[in-house]
Amino acid sequence: MNYINLFRSTLPETALEIAALLVLFVDLGFLRKAARATRIAVAAVLGIAGCLAALWAVSIAGPFSAGNDLLLSAGGSAGVAQVAVLALTALTLLLLIDSDFTRNPGEYVAVVLMAAAGGLLISAAQDLLVIFAGLELLSLSLYILTAFAKQSGKSAESAIKYYVFGAMSAAFLLFGFSYLYGLTGSTNLHEIALAAAVGRAASATPLLYIALVMVAVGLGFKVAAVPFHLWAPDTYEGAPAPAAAFIASVSKVASFALLVGIGTAFFHVFDNLHRGVLFVRFGFPTRYLGLLAPWELILTVLAVASMIFGNLAALAQSSVRRLLAYSAIAHAGYILLGLAFFSWTNVSAQAVLYYIVTYGLTTIGAFGVVGVVERAVGSDRLEAFLGLQKRNPLLAAVMLVLFLSLAGIPPLVGFWAKFNLFAAVLRTSGGALPFTLVALAVLFSAVSLYYYLQVLKRVYVMPATDESPITARPVTVAVLVLITAAVVVLGCFPALLQSWIASFYPHP
Amino acid sequence: MLAWVIYISFAGALVSVLLPKDKPALARRWALAVAVAGLVIAIAGYAGGFGQGREVIVDALWVPSMGIHYMLAADGISRVLVLLTGIASVAGVLFSWNVELRTNQFFALYLALIGGVYGVFLSFDFFLLFFFYEIAIVPKYFLISIWGSTRREYGAMKLALYSFVGSAMVLIGLLAAYATAGSHSTALIDLAHAGLPVSFQMWCFPLVFVGFAILAGMWPFHTWAPTGHVAAPTAASMLLAGVVMKLGAYGCLRVAMGLFPHGLDPWGFSFIGIGSWRDVFAWLAVIGIVYGALVALAQTDFKFVIGYSSVSHMGFVLLGLMTLNQIGLDGAVLQMFSHGVIAGLLFAIVGRIVYDRTHTRQFAELETMHLSRRLPFAAWAFVVAGIASMGLPGFSGFVAELQVLVGSWRANPWWTVVAGVGIIVGVAYIWRALQKAFFTDALPTPHELESEEEHKFAPICWSEMAGVALLLASTLVVGIYPRILLDQIEPAVKALLAGGMQ
Repeated sequence: MNYINLFRSTLPETALEIAALLVLFVDLGFLRKAARATRIAVAAVLGIAGCLAALWAVSIAGPFSAGNDLLLSAGGSAGVAQVAVLALTALTLLLLIDSDFTRNPGEYVAVVLMAAAGGLLISAAQDLLVIFAGLELLSLSLYILTAFAKQSGKSAESAIKYYVFGAMSAAFLLFGFSYLYGLTGSTNLHEIALAAAVGRAASATPLLYIALVMVAVGLGFKVAAVPFHLWAPDTYEGAPAPAAAFIASVSKVASFALLVGIGTAFFHVFDNLHRGVLFVRFGFPTRYLGLLAPWELILTVLAVASMIFGNLAALAQSSVRRLLAYSAIAHAGYILLGLAFFSWTNVSAQAVLYYIVTYGLTTIGAFGVVGVVERAVGSDRLEAFLGLQKRNPLLAAVMLVLFLSLAGIPPLVGFWAKFNLFAAVLRTSGGALPFTLVALAVLFSAVSLYYYLQVLKRVYVMPATDESPITARPVTVAVLVLITAAVVVLGCFPALLQSWIASFYPHP
Repeated sequence: MLAWVIYISFAGALVSVLLPKDKPALARRWALAVAVAGLVIAIAGYAGGFGQGREVIVDALWVPSMGIHYMLAADGISRVLVLLTGIASVAGVLFSWNVELRTNQFFALYLALIGGVYGVFLSFDFFLLFFFYEIAIVPKYFLISIWGSTRREYGAMKLALYSFVGSAMVLIGLLAAYATAGSHSTALIDLAHAGLPVSFQMWCFPLVFVGFAILAGMWPFHTWAPTGHVAAPTAASMLLAGVVMKLGAYGCLRVAMGLFPHGLDPWGFSFIGIGSWRDVFAWLAVIGIVYGALVALAQTDFKFVIGYSSVSHMGFVLLGLMTLNQIGLDGAVLQMFSHGVIAGLLFAIVGRIVYDRTHTRQFAELETMHLSRRLPFAAWAFVVAGIASMGLPGFSGFVAELQVLVGSWRANPWWTVVAGVGIIVGVAYIWRALQKAFFTDALPTPHELESEEEHKFAPICWSEMAGVALLLASTLVVGIYPRILLDQIEPAVKALLAGGMQ
């Protein structure tokens, strides 16, 4: 164990933790008498500074191993996810500046930064213990953030629901981990995959499958896959808007990055054995090695259930936040499809990251608009958006772009994300099953257009019941315009983001 | 240069959004200027295209990692349809001169739709084509649901969902072709050269064909068309019938038939005389021709008559495609142009000139209004347009439908026989509409005469006359001298028949 190396690898997390402490110190130490707006602004700015420092640290952090076991990876998928986690965290902190749900901005920002640190950890984690520690750091912070609007009953209710579900799924996850450790004798993902493929655990398949299902329960909860999604609508509805945006974006990015990491580890089972590499590259049935087949099966089931249920349930929603929650479940379904048919090369990893990063960006914008409308109208029902194009044309335009992007309409980035992801699935594996599932996914995105248009119909088509203008504050407007511009530009020039993501991977 | 039709339309849309809200006249003039500029470029491109074959306008690598090209090109078929789009867009602006509600937004969406349509007709990369195809969906929804009439929200949503399901099928086909070809390119030419296996083409062809044909109004997937056309504001129904349905037919021809020519091969067995996808779609087209005409005959709403007549006329396009011979395909492309102009004219008369003055489209009410006397311009314009729609010699419809029928006779005489019934019913429904709406027998009572004096209709304005003149002139020129289009269509069709997209 080399502590200098450990420090270097965890520099981004350390930067975030220091920033968190600094925020608390400044807010509680110097600004207790200051106006609330000042306190919020100072806390958010300090938090963003922490994110920027961590961004810089990510670029110099290296992988970390204890002995032969890799604990934290660097670069590649982990690198992309970490940069995305930090950038999206900074955006949600910017949204905080204009909100007024809390009298404790210092604590809020500190918890956000700790959650982001958890996100960074699980994006890079290669070891069951690190994964669990990171996940819990992230989850516990999210429960607190959900409950942060202390004067709102809904916020408290959704937090307790979220917490109960989360605690249970964490128990499942830990139970699964304990089986994996017991069967393979290691907590390292690569060791586990190797042992499951050729080692002593290969014969214990039923138990291995049970372990994998348990793990899938825990991780399925994090990404809100059906049937572990029940917390999502309530949490999205009850949490204060910046916190909901954080849960919907940063936490999703980190969790999917973890799934990408696990998939990659399972796939590159033989990377450490020279003979094995040849083995895999020349004709050995790579798709059905060790943990891969059951893992892919589980992910496929979750993906199909999420796509179908998420899209159908979203049709019936009358609250925009709940609608976004169910649509998030549907999007998780598409992404899980990309993970279920994972590729030996990093095509799938890149496609999944492209999807989740752009999705996270779009969702933050969507919650930004919802937050502004909620503050003006006092509700997030569909009716609250009536005549928005008259009340605030800019917000309406932002809403139009973001929702159409979520529906996957070109020339917006959501369309590219979907195309890229589905193309990756089909390029990875031929055959009837992946094709049928992609066809299903494409058809369900046609269904999704209906509910996105239901919102846009309120915004643009139906007459307003109240025509008084809604004003948004400048920082929020700036963030929303920035996100919208990014959605359009990245949609028109998709190669920009693709080559940026590809630049994290070593060139073959 | 032809590519500029796309850019100026989108740029025009963007500027239109930013125009001040309270100056509708400015937005109108701007839209007209943009549309006319598009038409001028389209005409120049068309005139410069004689004897040119296929010219590549732009070919740049757009997404290198996936081999997606930004490739715009034009052959005779594209140039004809770009010309049609130019004419229809100018006419549409002229007939929307009285839009007062959110005028700048109306024309922004209108121009965005036009831009998407131009883009589809000029794309020679499957992905790019699909990209523009989807861009055209959203403006349609808002144009209908905001500025429409009868059951507009229902009609708009139905149209948007039908279009999106159709495009989802196309997207599945695109992904499948891309993955199967493995050629790492989505350019139509590369995909056509990839040697896709026949078994793959056999199932991918119907998927993509139906996906596009939904938008072309193929029976039994046509039901979005009448409701959408009726609900849409005049300019949008002109565009829907005039060019958007052509997008579908164009996709069927360029993509489905161009990329998967073996999808049309015989299955090797036949069931009640149907032995290939070609038979299936040809019969669906024929059913569409007759069904659309019969249903049009039974309508009580003037606009529904025109809506169903579109289904019938688009049946000719699809039938022409399925003949797979030179004359039939020539006829199909010519029919796209012809129907685009004539349907635009009919919708303009019904939706703008008549409806905006009478505020009803029900025959029972129109019968009591004696429109032939009170709106002679509308009556005579409709007579001429109706004659063109029936397919009488001297108008473009005649040349086009005749060619389709000759082609289909060569392919399978029974198609021609049944489609011929559709033509006869076509005469009947136009005749019926003409009589009910304009030339009723009942003489006005003195009381009615009095009330007519009190409620005089607004006079026909210059924009309406200009629009009618533009569309009538187009159909007449093509009817009298069809070579003007056929000279460009024939070589393009010949190339397409000779080797798919290759």
